[in-house]
Amino acid sequence: MAALFKARRALGMVVGHGVRCLSQLAELPELHQMMRQTCRDYAQKELAPIAAQLDKDHRFPAKQVQELGAMGVMAVEVPESLGGAGMDYLAYCLAVEELSRGCASTGVIVSVNNSLYLGPILKFGTEEQKKQWITPFTTGEKVGCFALSEPGNGSDAGAASTLAQREGDEWVLNGTKAWITNCWDASATVVFATTDKSLKHKGISAFLVPMPHPGLSLGKKEDKLGIRASSTANIILEDCRIPLGNMLGERGMGFKIAMQTLDSGRLGIAAQALGIAQAALDCAADYAHKRTAFGAPIGKLQAIQFKLADMALATESARLLTWRAAMLRDAKKPFTKEAAMAKLAASEAATFVSHQAIQVLGGMGYVTDMPAERHYRDARITEIYEGTSEIQRLVIANNILKEYQQ
Amino acid sequence: CFAPFLCLRPPQIRVKPDRTGVVTDGVKHSMNPFCEIAVEEAVKLKEKKLVKEVVAVSCGPQQVQETIRTALAMGADRGIHVEVSGKDYETLGPLQVSKIFAALAKKEQADLIILGKQAIDDDCNQTGQMTAALLDWPQGTFASEVTLEADKLKVVREIDGGLETIKIKLPAVVTADLRLNTPRYATLPNIMKAKKKKIVNVKPADLGVDVSSRLEVLKVDEPPQRQSGVKVETVHDLVEKLKEAGRI
Repeated sequence: MAALFKARRALGMVVGHGVRCLSQLAELPELHQMMRQTCRDYAQKELAPIAAQLDKDHRFPAKQVQELGAMGVMAVEVPESLGGAGMDYLAYCLAVEELSRGCASTGVIVSVNNSLYLGPILKFGTEEQKKQWITPFTTGEKVGCFALSEPGNGSDAGAASTLAQREGDEWVLNGTKAWITNCWDASATVVFATTDKSLKHKGISAFLVPMPHPGLSLGKKEDKLGIRASSTANIILEDCRIPLGNMLGERGMGFKIAMQTLDSGRLGIAAQALGIAQAALDCAADYAHKRTAFGAPIGKLQAIQFKLADMALATESARLLTWRAAMLRDAKKPFTKEAAMAKLAASEAATFVSHQAIQVLGGMGYVTDMPAERHYRDARITEIYEGTSEIQRLVIANNILKEYQQ
Repeated sequence: CFAPFLCLRPPQIRVKPDRTGVVTDGVKHSMNPFCEIAVEEAVKLKEKKLVKEVVAVSCGPQQVQETIRTALAMGADRGIHVEVSGKDYETLGPLQVSKIFAALAKKEQADLIILGKQAIDDDCNQTGQMTAALLDWPQGTFASEVTLEADKLKVVREIDGGLETIKIKLPAVVTADLRLNTPRYATLPNIMKAKKKKIVNVKPADLGVDVSSRLEVLKVDEPPQRQSGVKVETVHDLVEKLKEAGRI
């Protein structure tokens, strides 16, 4: 088993934010170690044994989601007063990584509920909205989803064609949202719709819609390459009427809410990607010990050793980026660039590591008897959702250029 | 009051080169699974409001604190770490531990001691019984069900012949068997709460206990490699072979 708490040499280049951050990168605080362990235990005992079957059946792990809710994992950052665990974002990232190591689908279900659904309501909701839309979604009984993308725009989020028109004391929503994770199992959604077309991206607002609801219907469940236990489908809004009080934040704030939510959400996905990478590495390293060829375990061959080294390096580097971005966020410092770096690094690590894991396993990597093929399929989406790798590069570049502005 | 042991759960057990024991360096230690069940039972009793306070106790070096914290995260109220390290820890066995527990039980005025039936590193299955004997308390060992009835404890015991139900007076010692319960995962809020709970350090000498061992380990060997079997054609051949090997 990879030793995960090795002492690090000073990350002098990377730092700038105080001794606390440095030492946390080197060795997690006891609280975080304990919660990481409990999530790891849960993932090993309850998720890993069923992950392959969940994937085959495209089945939502309802029982496990409820158990995770009881553990506080479905609402890590939500304060205890609202029913959450009241922990920080670093703890959340650790939780998602450990759970994803057991089952990547469960990881994304947890991540979407925490970051994309509870996140914006926690940040932009009124006290009333928080009570109504947060507390019931902390226990695992209900999960939420996030509806930003449309068939006509993913990366181009500012071009939302879903419309919201005010009619008396109601908002009426019309349009279609695409690729919505969790939607077939969700009890509420945060929807982004245009309230003022002339204002372009400044004319988008966010709304809270319960599910099911008249005027809201779901498209067919997508048949995906990976993360099959989580449902993905279109949300179709046809004269979907909601009270005025269901607007989240102020009119025209939607784009800002979406972007800020995704900044945090991307750390959740980075964590998921790390979990997948780690699981693939576990699989490959274990196989390297057991499989013999040319008279010895293949782990003795340099070709395999170089692969394992590169795989471990990619994973560990991405992990540190993820932790650092999470710690910056917890310290209420700007973290957009670091979050984009973390997501980019982690998702590319996941695809790289899972690709190499199949290579290490040879033919066994290609069949469902071993989990390597599932990790490979699960990893691919991490480079696409919550900001494609291309978008992450743009975000990083924009931040760099700003730093160097004349 | 109950006692989770520190135990070994290594991926692969190796005997030390000097054959005095198994390699423990660099091996991740965690709570003995039977003790986890004991902790769970104690927390359950507290949740049913049948006991007032649950104290987690463990004997060993510094790392033991992690195990006690896990017990606190599961719901124990406070912890006691009995410091035993180095050579003393290597030779620490059930007799010394039960003396420590007996002393603590008297000091804390405990009414019930629950521990795992045995530690999975040495499989001794002695500490619970010895503790009860030292305290002159009744014992309900290999418990698969524990019910409090007024001032008595009804314990269903797993024995070779089936299940035996006994009633014992409190204070008593109970040792947990596999089917007593399924230990909970520490929830995040409880992990947070555990941080504020106290762990007190105590030395065996403070309790008047001498931890020197009366046992000397002569040697530790790996089990013999499994020999390959022999295939026979007929039942007659089988009987012959068994007679040859002196088995029948």
